Amino acid sequence: MPSCLLVDDSRVVRIVARKIFEDLHFSCDEAENGQEALDKIAVESPDVVFLDWNMPVMSGIECVVRIRSMTLFKQPKVIFCTTENDFGKITEALTKGADEYIMKPFDGDAVKSKLAILGLL
Amino acid sequence: MTLLAADFEFIAKLIHQKNGLMLTPEKEYLLETRLSPIARKWNLSDLPALVRKLRVFAEPALLEEISDAMTTNETLFFRDLKPFEALKAEILPKLCAARKGTKRVRIWCAAASSGQEPYSIAITLLEEKHKYPDIQFEIIGTDINKDILKRAEEGIYTQFEVQRGLPIQLLVKYFKQDGDRWQIKDELRRMVQYKVFNLLQDPAQFGQFDIIFCRNVLIYFDIATKQKIVERLHSRLAHDGYVVLGGSEAMLGISEKFTVPAGLRSIYTPLSK
Repeated sequence: MPSCLLVDDSRVVRIVARKIFEDLHFSCDEAENGQEALDKIAVESPDVVFLDWNMPVMSGIECVVRIRSMTLFKQPKVIFCTTENDFGKITEALTKGADEYIMKPFDGDAVKSKLAILGLL
Repeated sequence: MTLLAADFEFIAKLIHQKNGLMLTPEKEYLLETRLSPIARKWNLSDLPALVRKLRVFAEPALLEEISDAMTTNETLFFRDLKPFEALKAEILPKLCAARKGTKRVRIWCAAASSGQEPYSIAITLLEEKHKYPDIQFEIIGTDINKDILKRAEEGIYTQFEVQRGLPIQLLVKYFKQDGDRWQIKDELRRMVQYKVFNLLQDPAQFGQFDIIFCRNVLIYFDIATKQKIVERLHSRLAHDGYVVLGGSEAMLGISEKFTVPAGLRSIYTPLSK
């Protein structure tokens, strides 16, 4: 079963995203900010990280830079899911290591589509 | 208000004559949801009143609105992905090698809808263009619905639409942002010519094609109409060309003039003419 780490400071977003990923047969864990995500990634090595941009403690953009510098057995795919939907922000995320990008509001079809693009479905 | 069986049959027959679409009784809800707004627009009290008007005289403008409303325009970028991978890995290398003389590859997207499929083809061609610098690509996108083709020509999509099937790298490369809308860049828009065309008509005016995308279209027609359409596609296809159907569509029972090349699915090439 593929695994996903859901990283968002909003509990509601994590609940919605968990339902979507679990329906697609992913096992899920959650983190409330970038730092907590890094701690979990080091231990769990998830297949995909579903990452918000604006969070307390550590932002998503700082988190993706740190993920890409980590020595892991396998680098996870990183999908941003954020209200930052400006062209400049999207290109910044891609430059810094994101694989895909979802502009909020999002739904199950968008997540499914992005996972298919990344070869995870 | 529910239609009488005779009224349903009458309107289903009218639509079939106009655009070939087959409406079975279980699709009555489609008639109600899609034609009730048209009835209101034409100041008719309900669907039975619309049918009564059509029985007296099927005004061409009204008939066209009904035909457009009954056309399904569901589409997305890179739908099913596999046909585009096949285009890149199998079809283009073979066709471009065979067209070294004419230096031209012509593609027909027979159900262009709001443009996602022809633009997905165009993006694939641009991404592969460096391999075939001498080949000139031409894409014709046709659809029976002129309003949907206007949308296709504009190439403006909502945030919701660009998040269906389109890899983010291609979004930032080939689209420009305007608030929460995204418009296809001119370079890409110029690659596709759109024309209103009813698949029941003879496509001879468009000339010969090397690849025909006719995906998720045949499912809406009865067998006789499917056979007629496929026969016409065959007549417009180069002897070494390809017809790309939808993932759930097949030529079986429709035509014996095609074969599936090894390793491909829902993609057909003509048997020797």
